Amino acid sequence: MSNIALDTKPDFELAKPIHEVECTIISNEPVNGEYRLLVLNAPSKILDCEPGQFFHLLCPVSDTLQPYLRRPMSIYGYYPDKGELHFLYKVTGEGTSAIATLKAGDNFNVLGPLGRGFDILPNWQNLLLVARGVGLATLAPLALEARRLNRKLTAICSARSDQFLLSLDYFRELGATVIPLTDEAGTSSVENMHSIIEGLIADEGIDAMYTCGSNRILKLLQTVGKEHNIPGQIALEQQMACGIGMCQCCVRAFNRNGAIVNERVCREGPVFDLQEAIGC
Amino acid sequence: MLDLTTQIGTLTLKNPIMPASGTFSEDLAQVFDLDILGAHVTKTITREKRSGNPTPRVCEVRGSMLNSIGIPSKGLDAFKTNVIPFYKNYDAPLIVSISAGSADEFASLCEDISVPGVAAIEVNISCPNIEEDGKAFAMRPSTTEAVMRKLRNATDLPLWAKLTPNTGETTEVAKAAEEAGADALVVSNTLLAMAIDINTKRPKLGNLMGGLSGPAFKPIALRMAYQCAKSVEIPVIGCGGISTIEDVIEYLIAGASAVQVGTATFINPPIMVKMVEGLESYLQSQGLHSVKQLIGSVVDQEASDGLVFMEAAP
Ligand SMILES: Cc1cc2nc3c(=O)[nH]c(=O)nc-3n(C[C@H](O)[C@H](O)[C@H](O)COP(=O)(O)OP(=O)(O)OC[C@H]3O[C@@H](n4cnc5c(N)ncnc54)[C@H](O)[C@@H]3O)c2cc1C
Ligand SMILES: Cc1cc2nc3c(=O)[nH]c(=O)nc-3n(C[C@H](O)[C@H](O)[C@H](O)COP(=O)(O)O)c2cc1C
Ligand code: FES
Repeated sequence: MSNIALDTKPDFELAKPIHEVECTIISNEPVNGEYRLLVLNAPSKILDCEPGQFFHLLCPVSDTLQPYLRRPMSIYGYYPDKGELHFLYKVTGEGTSAIATLKAGDNFNVLGPLGRGFDILPNWQNLLLVARGVGLATLAPLALEARRLNRKLTAICSARSDQFLLSLDYFRELGATVIPLTDEAGTSSVENMHSIIEGLIADEGIDAMYTCGSNRILKLLQTVGKEHNIPGQIALEQQMACGIGMCQCCVRAFNRNGAIVNERVCREGPVFDLQEAIGC
Repeated sequence: MLDLTTQIGTLTLKNPIMPASGTFSEDLAQVFDLDILGAHVTKTITREKRSGNPTPRVCEVRGSMLNSIGIPSKGLDAFKTNVIPFYKNYDAPLIVSISAGSADEFASLCEDISVPGVAAIEVNISCPNIEEDGKAFAMRPSTTEAVMRKLRNATDLPLWAKLTPNTGETTEVAKAAEEAGADALVVSNTLLAMAIDINTKRPKLGNLMGGLSGPAFKPIALRMAYQCAKSVEIPVIGCGGISTIEDVIEYLIAGASAVQVGTATFINPPIMVKMVEGLESYLQSQGLHSVKQLIGSVVDQEASDGLVFMEAAP
């Protein structure tokens, strides 16, 4: 199984600066029942991003909501020409509830860009992206990059119901072939997903697979990857404090050369080799 | 000319602001020029490789946090080949934090880490002493003195003893460390604490308990720094909850010769740079020319009896 040569990337001594800056909110609106799109006006120095990277957000504090640590959030879109930075998020607790209170014109402190993003190697022509729910947020910039690099992209998007299928138009506009699957329609089962992927492999072939989050999808792609010798990458989450590699609170275990190693999601990740990843 | 320098034994620091162990690493060089700092303090290392505690390793509590990171360590050799050379690019002195489970292992690690490039050794004696009853060395004067004597014999480098707030004998422990040859005290490490998720009824940390750090902890660590500064001649480095320049000044007034900043860097990574700038403006605004004029300037009417007594008070 070919492991992706992640460690050929420059380490921190050569790495780009990390900026802590105040941005202004352009908008912060619900996109459907569960998710909100946060659009920031951001200086160009923080918009030199890679798909898969994230920012560490300082949530506003009010009388009722007092999150303390920053919250990590994948970059949903970065547009240096417009000076915009986008996040797609789900309100789950105190920090994201506080972010949801931000209004146009408010200041918002962000730290980034952080972590190591996805690779699209030169010989990876046919890309497959598989995501569920808010995981699409993490994979969306990859679609933009694939278009820029002129690669063919197929996106399998899964959700509870049609209502929760996000960004399908966004992927289509970028020239991706989109395959929506939902629990409601009974199409989102692992078995069905498996046969769809096998079909794609038989048809045009797949050179690389990308995913994030879901354990079921991880296991499936690992199986497919092993069987057909297709490399892949996964974006993972873990609770964070510093977000830049200092505190070691964000470690996860990985399988590497037969041994279990701990890596920091904020620094060695959040994007990791698909076969090395261990679900939780 | 403003003089920001401070003296920690034989070491002159160009300013009194440095990071706290475990909340700093080479990675911060991507945020600002690390030579702005008075010193660099590494995460505690052990001789052997260790993986650290189970996750979740942190949780937040009102305006502060708990951590149970433990001491994941890549080991002594990796540290010598990867970390020490990195800091040779900087003028700021490198302070290496070490830990071990017994006094003898502690001493031998101390000897082996006394290499060129290391300016001082911070001994994290707030970690459990496996030979005794698992209680931290710095919880008692006797175990503090025993381990510090062995450490003193193991190196000629300056030794900074990092104390724990989990003791009822702060001044006695401080004096024991001084007696046994410590060159400075770092006051202090985190306070043992706990948080439970009321929905799942599970402790919020994988390790059940962990250390409180951040603003909520400041008054406790400040009290300890004050008590220590009152009871020993060696310099005290204040640490705990420092997140603003006012906090830095407060510790200096309490008697600290320098300060370490921990959790605040997680919330605001360039905060130490702002503190150095803020210290300059503060001195200027007060018509002071040197940090040394601030150190120990607390107006406390020398309430010396109160010090020991207060430890027992509610
Ligand atoms: C690299 C990365 C990228 C992410 N990208 C997105 C995204 O694009 N959109 C989105 O909606 N969410 C994303 N998340 C998850 C997001 O960070 C959490 O949903 C958020 O931190 C929850 O905070 P809270 O206070 O609202 O929830 P609470 O549950 O109250 O949070 C309590 C604590 O747990 C942490 N926490 C809870 N869930 C997670 C999680 N899944 N991952 C990491 N820490 C968590 C919080 O940061 C906080 O410290 C990402 C996480 C990581 C690590
Ligand atoms: C995530 C984390 C890891 C830490 N690791 C260490 C460590 O390895 N060695 C040590 O002596 N202290 C360690 N500490 C304690 C800090 O150095 C400091 O004493 C404490 O956090 C109080 O300062 P603060 O309130 O400014 O954070 C750690 C603290 C945190 C929050
Ligand atoms: S969050 Fe601190 S090391 Fe990853």
